[in-house]
Amino acid sequence: MEKTEYVLKMDNIAKQYYGNRVLKGVDLSIKPGEIHALMGENGAGKSTLMNILFGMPVIHSTGGFEGTVEIMGQPANIDSPIKAMEYGIGMVHQEFMLIPGFTVAENIKIGREITTPNLLSRIIGPTLETLDFEAMSRDARKALKTIGLQIEDYIKVAGLPVGYMQFIEIAREIDKTGIKLLVFDEPTAVLAESEAERLLEAMRVIADQGIAIIFITHRLDEVMAVADSMTVLRDGEFVARKEIKDTSVVDIAELMIGRKVEKLVEEEDEDNRVLSDENVAIQLRDYKVDMQGERVRGIDLDIRRGEILGIGGLAGQGKLGIPNGIMGLYPAAGTVTVNGQVLNLDKLGEALRHKIAFVSEDRRGVGLLLEESIEQNIVFSALQTNNRFLKKVAWMQFYDHKSAGRHANDMIGQLDIRCRSSRQPAGRLSGGNQQKVCLARALTLEPEILFVSEPTRGIDIGAKKLVLELLTKLNRETGMTIIIVSSELVELRSIADRIAIVSDGRLACILKPDDSDANFGLAMSGAWKKGGEEES
Amino acid sequence: MNKNTNLIKRITQMIFDSKVTILFLLLFIIAAIISGKSLTFIIPELFTRIARNGFLILSLIIPILAGMGLNFGIVIGAMAAQISLFITIYWGLTGISGFLITALLALPIAAFLGTLVGRLFNQMKGSEMIGGLVLGYFADGFYWLLFLFVFGGVIAFDNSKLMIASDASAYNPVSINTAVRCVAVFCLALTLLLAAARKAKHLAVPVKTLAIKCGLAVFVLVLTFIPQLEPFLSHSTVTNGIGVKNSIDLMGIYKYALDTVPMIKIAEYGFYIYIIFSLVSLVMKMIYRQKIHWKSVVIKTVIVCGAYALTFIPAVDEFMRRDKVYLITVVDVLLPFTFGWQAAKWFNARFVEKKSWNWHRAVLPVAGAAVVYLVSFIPSVYKAFQLTQIPVMTYLCIGGVCLLNNGLMKTKLGQDMRTVGQDRTVANAAGIDVDKTRIIAMVFSTVLAAWGQLIYLQNLGTMQTFGHTMVAQYAIAALLVGGASVNKATNRQALLGVFLFHALFVVAAPAIKVLLGGDAGAIEEYFRAFVSYGVIALALALHAWKKKAAK
Amino acid sequence: MTESITNSRVFKGLAKFGLPRIIIAAFFLLLLFGTAVLDLGVTSALGNCISRWGMYGILALAMVPSVQCGVGLNFGISLGITTGLLGGLISIQLDIANNPALVAISPTFAVLAAFLAAILMACFFAAVLGYFYGLLLNQVKGSEMTVTTYIGFSMIAFMNIMWTVLPFKSGTLIYPNAGRGIRNQVSLDSSYKGAISNILKFKIGSLTVSTGLILFFLLMCLIVWLFMRSKTGLAMSAVGANPMFARAAGINTNKMRLVGTMFSTVLAAVGIITYSQEYGFFQMYNAPQMMGFISAAAVLIGGASPKRATIFNVLLGTFLFQGIMALGLPVANQLFPGTSLSEILRILISNGIILYALAQTKGGGSRE
Repeated sequence: MEKTEYVLKMDNIAKQYYGNRVLKGVDLSIKPGEIHALMGENGAGKSTLMNILFGMPVIHSTGGFEGTVEIMGQPANIDSPIKAMEYGIGMVHQEFMLIPGFTVAENIKIGREITTPNLLSRIIGPTLETLDFEAMSRDARKALKTIGLQIEDYIKVAGLPVGYMQFIEIAREIDKTGIKLLVFDEPTAVLAESEAERLLEAMRVIADQGIAIIFITHRLDEVMAVADSMTVLRDGEFVARKEIKDTSVVDIAELMIGRKVEKLVEEEDEDNRVLSDENVAIQLRDYKVDMQGERVRGIDLDIRRGEILGIGGLAGQGKLGIPNGIMGLYPAAGTVTVNGQVLNLDKLGEALRHKIAFVSEDRRGVGLLLEESIEQNIVFSALQTNNRFLKKVAWMQFYDHKSAGRHANDMIGQLDIRCRSSRQPAGRLSGGNQQKVCLARALTLEPEILFVSEPTRGIDIGAKKLVLELLTKLNRETGMTIIIVSSELVELRSIADRIAIVSDGRLACILKPDDSDANFGLAMSGAWKKGGEEES
Repeated sequence: MNKNTNLIKRITQMIFDSKVTILFLLLFIIAAIISGKSLTFIIPELFTRIARNGFLILSLIIPILAGMGLNFGIVIGAMAAQISLFITIYWGLTGISGFLITALLALPIAAFLGTLVGRLFNQMKGSEMIGGLVLGYFADGFYWLLFLFVFGGVIAFDNSKLMIASDASAYNPVSINTAVRCVAVFCLALTLLLAAARKAKHLAVPVKTLAIKCGLAVFVLVLTFIPQLEPFLSHSTVTNGIGVKNSIDLMGIYKYALDTVPMIKIAEYGFYIYIIFSLVSLVMKMIYRQKIHWKSVVIKTVIVCGAYALTFIPAVDEFMRRDKVYLITVVDVLLPFTFGWQAAKWFNARFVEKKSWNWHRAVLPVAGAAVVYLVSFIPSVYKAFQLTQIPVMTYLCIGGVCLLNNGLMKTKLGQDMRTVGQDRTVANAAGIDVDKTRIIAMVFSTVLAAWGQLIYLQNLGTMQTFGHTMVAQYAIAALLVGGASVNKATNRQALLGVFLFHALFVVAAPAIKVLLGGDAGAIEEYFRAFVSYGVIALALALHAWKKKAAK
Repeated sequence: MTESITNSRVFKGLAKFGLPRIIIAAFFLLLLFGTAVLDLGVTSALGNCISRWGMYGILALAMVPSVQCGVGLNFGISLGITTGLLGGLISIQLDIANNPALVAISPTFAVLAAFLAAILMACFFAAVLGYFYGLLLNQVKGSEMTVTTYIGFSMIAFMNIMWTVLPFKSGTLIYPNAGRGIRNQVSLDSSYKGAISNILKFKIGSLTVSTGLILFFLLMCLIVWLFMRSKTGLAMSAVGANPMFARAAGINTNKMRLVGTMFSTVLAAVGIITYSQEYGFFQMYNAPQMMGFISAAAVLIGGASPKRATIFNVLLGTFLFQGIMALGLPVANQLFPGTSLSEILRILISNGIILYALAQTKGGGSRE
């Protein structure tokens, strides 16, 4: 009797990617018609868990998983997305799988069009069956009605507001016969407030019809508003499962963040720095950046000279957009003042000329010329901006291989870059060493201000410590202002002087490293309203 | 106030969207005036060209809908047509029956080649257009090889109509024996090399197919050493002439084969096909216990039988024995016909299927037909229409392709193609086999292109064996002129494109003569090439610019 | 045992080289062998190879700047070629080679001056046209290959009309008997045929080596190499390899692409004049149409890809490709006289290697 109470029961799920454990014994149980929130920071394991639920190829091609999955009390072996669909599991993606040029009905019925056989189809094959637009239209209207979206089924999707598109995605899923469980992956991320409210209402309606919902989100207020129960994951581990009525926003925030803060870096030397609010290196006023997926919507921030500032926040909330905009990689607006001078955000290379260097979060995509040698990668920026490592012949400047080589070897020693020689192509190195090359290039510019995005992503623990120690050393010895943008709160809390949390493209608040976990959690989940703590 | 500005905005938007078409129209009008040629010259020429080229251009539509862009590879379909033409001429076939057999023969050849093209395009998603272009040239090489060496060289063809006569004794003959041995060894080496390459890349090596291929090559090789086969195999490969003639005259063979099909035959066969078709359909429906709309079946049969019965009336019979209709007759009939057709649709909607019918959609065709009818009263136009002859069968074929294009899109296959064409990722997520769908689209296009080329050749009357290189460029340019783009094309645009594109060239030659005085000669060809390339370059650039702006 | 073979570096290197390239190299050797066997004169054939290498080399070199700056294979070098032809024709029209003042110094000097004048004018026209061409290409990022091809074709068709109507008066240029327009093949006999080819030309038996031509080719290669190692050159290569990286380093992507395109067009102009002075004729009208594909095929054979091309690719590829052409003709004529087998060979090889390169890029897997 107990068993069939759950529509989905995942027990002791574990998964590792090439020796890296991303899920360590996670449980998930959902009752029919229940709205269950799945919460956790980035890297907590939510996406991996969902990939397992959906039988995504990436799971099975990397060694499968451990643990059991039961649907409606029966063991289920989901090894492909089609199987998942057959079991009645649907997913509303963050990036809409819609075709703008098709009508609403066509989108709802995509791949599952209703057809009637005709003469040719019987001879040649079912693909030539005629489309039954009438029947498809009927089904579409039914689905739309269920979720309360008032639009005609024959209009084209192109040009519809984002909220409508999301609803059409949902309609498509509930149109599939036998849907028992729907997963919503950060559905409100792209919606305006009113649209988000409508969505939550629609979720209630769907749940009332007996379809269970897994609601992946970081917005605590939404969770409190609509969910029945929730599961919190942290670092791939199961932390807690609670009924919403038994918990609060602060409680959840603490669960999401809370861990022992081990200082990754030992403070050996005395801290002789003088940091003052008047001595400002960079000043941001109403700063906006148009970066896909990391939009900045207006930030006011003062970065003090000589400090290590951490910028944290969840993925997609805008923290990565901040340095990318200043460096001119993405269109930016607002006022950015560097050492008292206004920075022209439209002119390429301006930031470099103001002695600002940047280590991008996208090592392979932006940070390196993979086919070129380590040496070339390291000296490139300084070569172009400061005209170093060049030999002058007549009116032309040529690459000075000797001085470049010397400097490269110097950097390789300093940063302990593991490679065969400085001539090796940068693409051959391991992730950690590639990161060091990027760092080396930034340091070759001899900057006064350094932005580092996700400095230790994909690097093993030993290299992590090295990089963080190096940054601290640079700061203490040369007075370099360092801004670290990272999604790993641990590293921010271990070396930063202050930590700014960015949520929804805006500055939520600035915290001290030893501030309470709850504060961090609240700030990151957008439940922090300006001007103080908020408890809902 | 708002409605007016909206309307103006929409009209300006429409004009901007069809700028290529309008530009062409202007060019045409200017050239027509300069050339000083009358409508009596222009219009008959124009309709001949539409008959000749229409089918080919319509074959471009399906790949565009499937997201593969402008199919520069239709030249391969043309090649398939020419190969089958060559074969049936060699067999001595003529007339409409021979023509139909040629079309039938071209089908498997074109289909096979189409699958190859499709598979290649699947390897270069995103670069299909340049790929198709280069593939066209590449295939040309094989075509030359085939027509210059294999036909007549390796395979003896004794036919003065087709082959270049030459003295065989001048050659240093390679015996069949040697040729076969070389080929076998080469294939063996290639197979082994390919397998080794796969091994080096740590890819799976299909041992079974490998063994079969090697075994086959070795078997053939061994065959050449069997003493019994010696005398047969030591023949020289060069017998009569090597190489096909540069231009083959189709007079008396296939010239006008399709154009001269009398209407009575069309009606006859049409009637028989319809009866068979509806009988089979009825039987199928009964077997599968599907609902039969007896009322509409009966009504349709009655109408068809009645129409066929009409053709027995002597006066009608006389008329139907002809193969061509005068344009003026068509125009005269067009208005009442269009009106009647729309009325029948209304009748069907109201009384038979009992659903609403949007009469707005009827206005445009009826108004259009009325305008054409009124225009035909202008004396010069009337004279021109009187002179123009429309080959009925050919135009029916063109109509058929239009119906095919539309009909295909109403099936699941067509919907899959459209989905793949819009967004491959979404299509894949929805469970559609993207690769297979694209290959099928290519097969359709290549086969239609082959038939289109056959229609072209039978009207032209001569086959330029090596003159098919510009087939793709002209067809694509015409389509673009009609307002189509790299990712959208309709039947209407294709027909409009044929009309305008060829209209321009009908008047361009005389216009150039007038402008430059004396013999225009090669300039006309250059001008045509320039316009075609220019239109394509413009369309490609615009498309690329839009794509970049969208990112 | 097979494992150790397939894992060896030689094998891996060969695999990376690509099967079609191996086939082509093998084919070249086969033809060389065939020439010797059929007793067709290996030395003169080799001389032919070398001279063709020099003739087509600079045209292939024109691919390097455009590939490196991210524009890809410049099928539209026909623009550069037509400007080159224009410059070359004007030089003939002005009859610089027979200018009395220059001839007085020395006839060879006059011929060289004519050649130089042709090159300078060609470079000027090419630079201007290349600039506008580059502006256009910056607007169509991602579809450069298709657009360049058709712009190239349109340009040729347009110039065909121009060649027929432009007011060239010189006898060598226009058709005799009051014919219309420039001849199909304009002879360079009376102007600067062999201007640089004849420098330091020497014969060993039946082997003729146009040293001047080779030296000029290598000089151009050197210029390109030097440019690639300059600050601008490095910036340009970065743009082609990773545009975001270049942006992050403060480099203006569009400007670099413009530089690359202009350089490519200028090289093409120089290339056609070099080619023609060795060949002895300017081939007008539709002859340059396939030059883009031939040059692209040459660098691809040499190991380049649509994203990376080095001077080594140019040297190796042009030699192999033109070598096959040079050797293939007499062999084909011996086996199958009176046929255009070599032409077919050219079509198959050049287009085949381009298809291979395009298929390697594999945009999207089969499930996408």
